[in-house]
Amino acid sequence: MKPFTTLTGIAAPLPLANVDTDKIIPARHLKTIQRTGLGKHLFDTLRYNADGSENPEFVLNREPYRHAEVLIAYENFGCGSSREHAPWALLDFGIRCVIAPDFADIFHGNSFKNGILPIRLPREICEQLMEDARLGANARVTIDLERQVVVRPNGEEIPFEVDPLRRRMLLEGLDEIGQTMAHTGAIGSYEVAQAAEKPWLAGPGTTALMETAP
Amino acid sequence: MANAPRTLFDKIWAAHVVETLPDGTALLYIDRHLIHEVTSPQAFEGLRAAGRRLRRPDATIGVVDHNVPTSADRLTAVNEPESALQIATLERNVVEFGVPYIPLDDARQGIVHVIGPELGLSLPGMTLVCGDSHTSTHGALGALAFGIGTSEVEHVMATQTLLQKPAKNMRVTVEGTLPVGCGAKDIVLAIIGRIGTAGGNGHVIEFAGSAIRALDMAGRMTVCNMSIEAGARAGMIAPDETTFAYVAGKQFAPKGEVLEQAIAWWKTLPSDPGAVFDKEVTIDAASIAPMVTWGTNPEAVVPITGSVPDPADEPDLERRAQIQRMVDYMGLVPGQKLADLTVDVVFIGSCTNSRIEDIRIAAGIAKGRHVAAGVRALVVPGSGLVKQQAEEEGLDRILLDAGFEWREAGCSMCLGMNPDKLTPGQRCASTSNRNFEGRQGPGGRTHLVSPAMAAAAAVTGKLTDVRELAA
Repeated sequence: MKPFTTLTGIAAPLPLANVDTDKIIPARHLKTIQRTGLGKHLFDTLRYNADGSENPEFVLNREPYRHAEVLIAYENFGCGSSREHAPWALLDFGIRCVIAPDFADIFHGNSFKNGILPIRLPREICEQLMEDARLGANARVTIDLERQVVVRPNGEEIPFEVDPLRRRMLLEGLDEIGQTMAHTGAIGSYEVAQAAEKPWLAGPGTTALMETAP
Repeated sequence: MANAPRTLFDKIWAAHVVETLPDGTALLYIDRHLIHEVTSPQAFEGLRAAGRRLRRPDATIGVVDHNVPTSADRLTAVNEPESALQIATLERNVVEFGVPYIPLDDARQGIVHVIGPELGLSLPGMTLVCGDSHTSTHGALGALAFGIGTSEVEHVMATQTLLQKPAKNMRVTVEGTLPVGCGAKDIVLAIIGRIGTAGGNGHVIEFAGSAIRALDMAGRMTVCNMSIEAGARAGMIAPDETTFAYVAGKQFAPKGEVLEQAIAWWKTLPSDPGAVFDKEVTIDAASIAPMVTWGTNPEAVVPITGSVPDPADEPDLERRAQIQRMVDYMGLVPGQKLADLTVDVVFIGSCTNSRIEDIRIAAGIAKGRHVAAGVRALVVPGSGLVKQQAEEEGLDRILLDAGFEWREAGCSMCLGMNPDKLTPGQRCASTSNRNFEGRQGPGGRTHLVSPAMAAAAAVTGKLTDVRELAA
């Protein structure tokens, strides 16, 4: 995972609440076996007309927002599906940070695992950042994860909260699986105890599954 | 206090903590991992790139559901190339990594959230995950079941654990007796209408109360299935005699003494009296009516006797714009009655409502009636076993005679990832779980309803109060 330390860039205003995962990337574009290449389908139904042409009204089709690295939105961003294709599409487009009053849980977790920082800030502050973002290229925002501040174009610093473990993983670009594998001993002990106490938890296994096919 | 009262969630959580990290994050053991073709390829690829194996292939089970066609000729017909590639990739991966797999030509194939409980792979007291948000369905058994992203799928594959912070506890209590014509789907739509699509964010919802306890397992699965539409991490219902009776005899469920031993533990799981919930909501079952969504998120829901809201009545400007956008997308007029709105398509299926109980309800309404002219009505059983059971009961004949399509098992028209989809502007009464814009196909208009309401819409050609149809 690419580490996230500080980022200064263009923020795109998306003043919508309940932006669901089907809006971020419709299910019909999930038919890939790769993580990359989904940026072209980001916000597909908002971004393109029925004939496939770009909708010139949509923010990411306008300069300078084609180069946005930050997205400002409203409540419950990322609700719906668990599809990680949603953060993959954002990342592939170039978005590394989403700021909103709150996020749906699964999307929130998925973002961190892909080097995208989701920042929760109160509604009024999101409204200010939305206004800043409308100023376009003259109003770059800085996200400093080390210091946990968002720096507005006027220099004002807005502190934000982030889970310390997730912060460290992002700052260092750590492989979470590698971290967890350091606990293999404890996992093994747990499994031995469970197998004795709760024998019904064992799965059928391939052989039993095949042999019992109707 | 050593023995503070605990919730169902607290107990299952505590039984699965392998270690607690200094910051309070738990390394949570996962008992069962269900995988499907859409959210697993990148996880297997990650394992391969890192030279890792599955820690517990025996605790994992794979099936194809999202992309598969539901047509009778699907074993021989050519699928869409991208879908075919995802399915072929899963089939290659399960062999390479030794994962038990149910292929398309196995009668047990079906929607992952239908087959888990049906085969006894999902059990009370388990932690169960799948790369799909509707994994909450399995919470109906009294399990802690939740959807995860692909990075977490890979994490579970490699370590059989997840790093998780404990969720907050929320209880939704539904007391009393449901009116005639209403079912589990109406309960859960009414709950979402009350608490909203973010009402459960950060919480695990325990559904409780006499109206919940009175539901059969299929109904409980419908309720837990849509927990995610209220933003909850998971939904669950305490295991009871209904649960134990359901589990007993399922193919891979414990048998004999082991079952007795399991039930003895499962009986300790229900929330203790006095357990504290961070949030409590109570709903009077008698106040629930057959529900129908009018907008493009599941909280935009009203009783079938209701009307499309008027954006002008909403003082908050942003909310007003959102309502206006939904009304426009759905092709509705403010103030218009929902009943009598004509539909083009009816879809009875999905992980929410495709079990034998749902199909019996649909067939009960179809019997002696006929699908209205110009309406396409699909019935898609949730698994091959549901299909077999329905055929043994003659439900397929009733539905076919009434002009419904009787299809093969899969996710079908729930999500527009396979050939079953709406075309732009089509209006659909659907028993699925999401009415997001374009969910069932670009430009499609979804009204979420119960199986009874969907069947009623099919035979009348319009959204209909099923209670009037019965009269």
